[in-house]
Amino acid sequence: MSALLHVEGVGKRFGGFVALESIDLEVAQGERLGLIGPNGSGKSTLVNCICGTLRNETGKVRFAGETLDGLAAHQRTRRGLARSFQLPRPFGSLSLVENVRIPVLYTVNARKAGPDHHHVPHGAIETRCRDLLGEVGLLAKADRLPRDLTQIEMRKLELARAMAAEPKLLIADEVMAGLSHTEVDEIIALLIRLNGQGVTVIMIEHIMRAVMEVSQRLAVLVAGRKIADGDPKDVVRNPEVVRAYLGE
Amino acid sequence: MRALPFVLALVVAAFAIFGAGRAIGNSYAFFLGYVVVQYIVLGTAWNILGGYTGYVNFGVTAFFAIGAYSTVALYKLVPAMPLPVMVLIGGAIAGVVGLGTGYLTLRLRGVFFSIATLALAVVVQTLITNWDFVGGARGAYVLRPKMAPLMGGEYVQYLCVIMLGLCVIVLATARAIERSSLGYGFAAIRDDEAAAEAAGVPTLRLKLIATTLSGGFMGMAGAPLPYYVTYLDPTSGFNLNYAVNAIAMPLIGGTSSWLGPVVGAVLVGGLQEVLRVTISSAANVLVAGVLMVAFVILAPQGIVGLFKGKRR
Amino acid sequence: MNAILSGLLLGGFYAAVSIGVAISFGMLDIVNIAHPAFILLGSYAAFIGNSVFGLDPILSAVIALPAFYLLGMAVYQVYYVAFERRDDQSLRGLSFFFGLMFITEVGLVMIFGVDYRLVQAPYLGEKITLGPVELPFRLLVPFVVSIVMVGGLQIFLSKSFLGRAIQAVAQDQLALRLMAANPIRIKRIAFGLSIATAALGGAVLIIIQPVEPSIGREYIGRIFAICVLGGLGSFSGMVIAAVTLGVVETLTATLFGPSWSPAVSFGVLLITLAVRPNGILGR
Repeated sequence: MSALLHVEGVGKRFGGFVALESIDLEVAQGERLGLIGPNGSGKSTLVNCICGTLRNETGKVRFAGETLDGLAAHQRTRRGLARSFQLPRPFGSLSLVENVRIPVLYTVNARKAGPDHHHVPHGAIETRCRDLLGEVGLLAKADRLPRDLTQIEMRKLELARAMAAEPKLLIADEVMAGLSHTEVDEIIALLIRLNGQGVTVIMIEHIMRAVMEVSQRLAVLVAGRKIADGDPKDVVRNPEVVRAYLGE
Repeated sequence: MRALPFVLALVVAAFAIFGAGRAIGNSYAFFLGYVVVQYIVLGTAWNILGGYTGYVNFGVTAFFAIGAYSTVALYKLVPAMPLPVMVLIGGAIAGVVGLGTGYLTLRLRGVFFSIATLALAVVVQTLITNWDFVGGARGAYVLRPKMAPLMGGEYVQYLCVIMLGLCVIVLATARAIERSSLGYGFAAIRDDEAAAEAAGVPTLRLKLIATTLSGGFMGMAGAPLPYYVTYLDPTSGFNLNYAVNAIAMPLIGGTSSWLGPVVGAVLVGGLQEVLRVTISSAANVLVAGVLMVAFVILAPQGIVGLFKGKRR
Repeated sequence: MNAILSGLLLGGFYAAVSIGVAISFGMLDIVNIAHPAFILLGSYAAFIGNSVFGLDPILSAVIALPAFYLLGMAVYQVYYVAFERRDDQSLRGLSFFFGLMFITEVGLVMIFGVDYRLVQAPYLGEKITLGPVELPFRLLVPFVVSIVMVGGLQIFLSKSFLGRAIQAVAQDQLALRLMAANPIRIKRIAFGLSIATAALGGAVLIIIQPVEPSIGREYIGRIFAICVLGGLGSFSGMVIAAVTLGVVETLTATLFGPSWSPAVSFGVLLITLAVRPNGILGR
């Protein structure tokens, strides 16, 4: 079965700095992939290249059989790729409900209605937004502005916004940073539940407990290169991986 | 309030204002009223791109003057053309220019768009100054008819009616945008364009819509000008005051709602007139700039924002 | 041939007026569209020095330098407190500078009127003739001043501690903070320098042509076209761009007439933004 997401030889430089060097990655439909690596290893850059926020200089990205090169980020989101931002980027002048409304209006309702896609009817949008906020535990602050949120709550908002786009592939970029033990469990359960509903998940995390619990497969990025990719239990024992995290 | 009652309320208000003008019986009321209403239109138009979408257009004079000068050109070609038609044509041309400028610069950072609009103003002024058909640097004369067509009374009253009509259209459009998906899209772009893209907002397309609408309405605001002033030359047509007022009034009144530019235009326009007759012409010109800087530093949410804040 | 040479000298002058923006926009990412207004302040300062005190315009500018430097620091302080700190830069920061530009222009009109002002200096009518080419002092002096100013700043930025700190803050504020230098103070100094260059820029402007308050607006397009074309963050790129624009404008004026000059810079800006937004030597 061909993979849902193909990343082939993707490279990205910023001036003289090589952020990504020829990354190859495949994610199968329905899979839960964990992506780990030290800070600055290029994980978020890779996400940006996949989702179109940045343009990769080399290589290509294929999603559901279609090459994404040249497509703007909003077009990729409409095709089923959604992501949360590692540093939260909320819409500051809109309430939380309105924040979540944007992807519903512009992604879900922008797709051509048909057997695969549904529209949320105008009267049901508000309820849908509140339901989404409820799933990440933000319903109490639904009508507040993002500036009234804690950092942790802003990450949850990021996740809610990504979920609101009803993606085929959801990339969760460090959504659990700073969460309490129970909150981490909640997000783990949420991601696994989403996966059970058919959403492919790429999880970028530093919290190893969550990574091991959620990932069916684990990839490791160090200094812009992928150094490991396989069964989580094998990958964490890989000497190169251990070295990257613990130093020489 | 749904859309239709709002529009009706605006129309009623427009009639009331016009009626009050007639009741005062002095042409001065109409001459002043025209200016204030013109600024409501200009400020609201600017605000669609500036306040709603977050892209600052400094080239207001370019679009405004395109409207004015297209009227001059049409007047020379087809003197019998009714003014409302000229307004539509002027608006269409200005809208196309907005679209073109946007297409060339909106894929880059917002500041480049703003800088390009500044340069655009100079270029359009250069082009028109070199275009002898509309009078070039010497200026052009437009004969203002004595009587208003259809409605009787002085012609300036007719100009006010047209401007009031334009005002109703622009305000209704602004409010409709505010409450629609389009308005949400604009707000998302303004708050964080990359996040908006990631959420599925087609940012380039929406920005082009905003630029075209904004430019078009600004052109329409300028179209009746030649009949109002009867003599138009580039120095007055491209007067920087139009740009400063168009920006200052929404910033002072409040950029997040259709009401802001109205409040700003009435207050600042009124204040300017008071200063003009009491102190000097130069002082009235300065006040918009000074107030704008003061509000931008001290009260960025504008007057409407201040009231909203108190109510929360 | 003479046209090209004039264009080169004009380009040198353009570098002098653009260097301030190369610092404020290119390095500090502050879109100071009011820079031409500060240049005009410099011109009028030179004019006062010249007509009231009989001083050479360049000398007047040098005397005015500290005042302009302090003015720049004050403006940055307001900008920082009101906008940069709140991270609300785009719409309101731009409007702030637009307002400053407008207030300055109107203020100058109120004080000096709309008549053209110029300066008198003994060397201004003269020219040097080197073989077939003529170099009017009117263009040569600004060119030389410009080279000195740009060169001096380039040396300052690369050799002195403060200069290198400014370059650092342009690239990575966090790293600078970790080095226990205060980036706000550094930026304030840099912006002060940027406005100080406007004093000299204004002096050479009024040497090259008579000034009146509204000509600042023509220069916004030119200055930003030059900085964008040259690449933000690169002085040498800016100089090359300035000279290029000077030559292109002069040739256009010779071939099509002088009234088309302001359109040239806009064309250059648009083409650059469309084709190579990073400019010739941009980061």
